[in-house]
Amino acid sequence: MFSSAASSALLHDLRAKIARIEHGAQAGPGHVLPFGLAPLDAALPGGGLALGALHEAAGAGPDVEQGAAAALLIGGILARLQGPVLWVVQRPDLFAPGLAGVGLHPDRVVFAEAGKAVLAVMEEGLRQPGLTAVVGEVDGRLSLVASRRLQLAAEQGGRLAFALRRSRSFDDPALNEPTAAVTRWRITALPSPPPLPEAPDTPGLGRARWQLALRRCRGGEPGSWIVEACDAQGRLGLPAEFRDGSAAETWHGASQGSAPGGSPLGHRAA
Amino acid sequence: MALPKEAHPEGAPLVTVLHDGRRRVLAAVDAAGAASGLHGGMVLAQAQAMVPGLAIHDADPAGDAEALRRLAGWCLRYAPLVAADPPDGVWLDVSGCAHLHGGETALLRDLVCRLAAQGLASRAAVADTPGAAHAVARFGDAVTAAVAGGEQAAALAELPIEALRLTPETAAGLRLLGFERVGHLAATPRAPLVRRCGTEVVRRLDQASGAVFEPIAPEVPPTLVQARLGFVEPLLTAEAFSGVIARLVGVVCEALEKAGQGARRLDLLFERVDGAVPAIRIGTARPSRDAQHLARMLDERLERIDPGLGVEAMRLVVPQADPLAYAQAAARLNREDAAPPDIAPLVDRLGNRLGAERVYRSAPVESDVPERSVRRVPALMPPGRRGWPASLPRPVRLLDPPQPVEAMALLPDHPPVAFTWRRIRHRVRRADGPERIAGEWWKRDGEMRSVRDYFRVEDQEGRRFWIFRRGDGVDAWSGDLRWFLHGFF
Repeated sequence: MFSSAASSALLHDLRAKIARIEHGAQAGPGHVLPFGLAPLDAALPGGGLALGALHEAAGAGPDVEQGAAAALLIGGILARLQGPVLWVVQRPDLFAPGLAGVGLHPDRVVFAEAGKAVLAVMEEGLRQPGLTAVVGEVDGRLSLVASRRLQLAAEQGGRLAFALRRSRSFDDPALNEPTAAVTRWRITALPSPPPLPEAPDTPGLGRARWQLALRRCRGGEPGSWIVEACDAQGRLGLPAEFRDGSAAETWHGASQGSAPGGSPLGHRAA
Repeated sequence: MALPKEAHPEGAPLVTVLHDGRRRVLAAVDAAGAASGLHGGMVLAQAQAMVPGLAIHDADPAGDAEALRRLAGWCLRYAPLVAADPPDGVWLDVSGCAHLHGGETALLRDLVCRLAAQGLASRAAVADTPGAAHAVARFGDAVTAAVAGGEQAAALAELPIEALRLTPETAAGLRLLGFERVGHLAATPRAPLVRRCGTEVVRRLDQASGAVFEPIAPEVPPTLVQARLGFVEPLLTAEAFSGVIARLVGVVCEALEKAGQGARRLDLLFERVDGAVPAIRIGTARPSRDAQHLARMLDERLERIDPGLGVEAMRLVVPQADPLAYAQAAARLNREDAAPPDIAPLVDRLGNRLGAERVYRSAPVESDVPERSVRRVPALMPPGRRGWPASLPRPVRLLDPPQPVEAMALLPDHPPVAFTWRRIRHRVRRADGPERIAGEWWKRDGEMRSVRDYFRVEDQEGRRFWIFRRGDGVDAWSGDLRWFLHGFF
């Protein structure tokens, strides 16, 4: 017991050292944004979303085209940061009141309608001083080279970069190609529980529920969790029935086959 | 662009007169005079016989020319290359800068409106060639006309031959030969035309169609901040140009600093060996005299310049500058009170790259109709206090226009049981609503009675949609009860 604790401390030190070598002074616990949900933060290196890095989020199934849940997740994450944000869209279908609903105030967001130049505009935003974060809606492919450029720009500027992946087809293989993003998220909408658990027949809508799947995470472990969607301050929540422990996790680790059947909703990461 | 000499006054027709030898002839007439049959070049005595009670003023050709030049200088707000075109026109080379004003049509409209506000009646046209624009502005039907690229031949065909800027004698001769329209001339074999009328007609035709290049000699008012650098050898390469840009910007920024101003527009003119003057125009969202930033924006535009056989001189002009005071750089001890980061350079660069109207922020509008509740504001506008009411959930993606879906509801005020969008059936598990949004009758008559009932619905997979039914479900006049999908949560 003691030896495993000592070796894990040693490992932690080594990781921190490597991170310092890799990213200069920018790595460390001050440069992550925790989700505030213990199981998620535990899976991420540093205990949260790395700020000077490129992340990727996409919807799943039919929502790949609209990326509505992904936009809400990103909006909620940005809402918990300070400072101006650049949101690069290909076509103007984003509705600012919706983003304001997860706490991202419209005064903070500069939209750029970039057409085919989304990646170039993202890079420009990451390299110029002044912004906190840059979000780009990438339709279709995001090549390894292009994503590496973005990742380097994000790392040098110490800014959060998000690629919101969209595609016209449900199951676009381009979304599964390797990229240089530090984390890759897939957000699937799940049927939400009744708004009043004690009166299941009351009509109405409660808080939405997502399956948040971390498909890849550099220096961390992939996993999948059932969470409550962002609230008006952009915070995710753990569903009440899972709050006792890490049961919200539908699977953990790389072996997808080992998903425990104990999840009440029986959902797995797609 | 054609201008009468004076704004149209009330009352008697107004004419200006010139001395032509011992006769006094009309130089110009106003609209009322023209309607009574007066025209320039008429002898004054004859005019007075035709229209009693003329208001007569002495013409001032030198003053007119000076005023036209001043007007040309004012037009620099629209384009980097302007030139007076006596007696009554101004050239603007708007290539590559119309987007700063929202497109060519919007630019023309803005120009004509602003001139009208100053009491000047004007007509404006934009075309691929100066000749075609000249003709359409003076002889076209509309007050403003934008001739599409490559369409100048078609636009000119129906205009009278005088539109070609021919001397009156040549035009009269051609009319005697039976030529009425430009189209007739263009369709005539050239060799006989040259033999009869000389090269003038053919040259004007070619200038209008673009077969012959016609340079506009730009005028730069000496009062503007500017810098010019001439070269011993013509320059050709982008590297050389950026070196020159760095020097010119340095000079200009120094001059701006002395004047306490910052540039809002910058024009870089390339004086080519062959007389053409291609130009780059950049705009800034906020006055700036940051040499590095301005030089970088100009450099990014270099690829659009065709150096031809070489560039002899480059000129950097600041046609629009605003006051820019020094900012107090207070010493700050901790990062928390640091001034909010300045994103103006980024906004400038994106605006010059994508078009200024494509870089924006969203601001709330007091309207319940979802598609009207957002407007675009300039990215650097000071932040507003208000947001949207948090109590009304709104989708994060909005479909514009709403897409019709097939839906089925049990009762008028019930959400649908299921709906079909793009041939996929979504069974509604949970729903919230209705939220009734009535049409804004004060905006459009058609909305007097229109009603939308919005529902947030969740399908069996958990995806959330925003759908509405047109009509309140009771009265047929409020809508036809069709269902639409308007957004995604």
